[in-house]
Amino acid sequence: MTGEEVKGIVEKELNLKGKICPYTFIETMLTLEEMEPDKVLRVIIDYPPAACEVPQSLKNEGYEVLEVCPINGTDWVILVRNKEME
Amino acid sequence: MRFSEEQIHRYSRQIILPGIGGKGQRKLQEAKVFVMGAGGLGSPAALYLAAAGVGTIGLADSDVVELHNLQRQILHRTADVGLPKVESGKRTLESLNPEVKVHTYPERITSANIREIIKAYDLVLDGSDNFPTRFLVNDACYFEKKTLISGAILRFDGQLSTFKPHAGGPCYRCLFPEPPPPGSVPSCQEAGVLGAVAGIIGILQANEALKEITGLGESMVGRFLMFNALNLSFHEVKIQRNPNCLLCGGNPRIRELIQYSQSCRGNVAA
Repeated sequence: MTGEEVKGIVEKELNLKGKICPYTFIETMLTLEEMEPDKVLRVIIDYPPAACEVPQSLKNEGYEVLEVCPINGTDWVILVRNKEME
Repeated sequence: MRFSEEQIHRYSRQIILPGIGGKGQRKLQEAKVFVMGAGGLGSPAALYLAAAGVGTIGLADSDVVELHNLQRQILHRTADVGLPKVESGKRTLESLNPEVKVHTYPERITSANIREIIKAYDLVLDGSDNFPTRFLVNDACYFEKKTLISGAILRFDGQLSTFKPHAGGPCYRCLFPEPPPPGSVPSCQEAGVLGAVAGIIGILQANEALKEITGLGESMVGRFLMFNALNLSFHEVKIQRNPNCLLCGGNPRIRELIQYSQSCRGNVAA
């Protein structure tokens, strides 16, 4: 997904630098709960285990993880789409 | 309202549970639970409700803490002996979770005040230690359409059920139409109770309250659980509404609260 494509679909950004698991996942999930269905959240993390654990936990909860990638030497970005209306 | 970082940390292991999330935690925060009795059942129940973040807890008990309570009534400490139980209980609950509002009722709960008191709550947990109060709480919950999570203990045995006659289930009187005659059950001094049994049943009451509030799992409505500590057995029976129930049946005889006389005979431990 190119930078331009991402910019177009991201509804909200959540900066979780300095936070560790499971806080990273919970704050992501709470933010998604408050967002409109189908909207995309961009999460920035710098805690290495969170790059695996947050996307996995989001998938387990039924969220669609669009992308997980490093953006520099310390940070990762996770793109996740909110669930449809339950 | 967003959760603070401290709240997310405090409740993280609960918010993360499937089916709870932020929405479930908010339901708990907004919930108001009335706990009848700050004794053997009310103590563990109220502690777990406060720990889980139930926003408002009402605590009713007219007794003071006595030394012989401490074997099972874990809201209270040795230094609390002589203090009103609701005062000691409020302090313990607030020290566990300062976010919880604890309203105390040190007065005796009677037919004259119970309906007005429970009106303000969503759910009632009965941890009372005598049959007159047990029947009073059931009848008041029926008239006020409040869900009642009932627990009882004696010696090594415990019982638990949820009564929601306003939603179609039975009430306590469908099972036990009237208080037992004085002398038919052991007195409070004779009976005794294992402290851990109070803990187990009180915590199960808290568990059922958390389920009723969040809408998770299978309610105990229409189910009656019996526990025995000596052989560690749980036995469950299905219970149904009694069409001839004196209170919630088709032709009820009880149309207002009854104040049964309180005597030591006929007490159950709590």
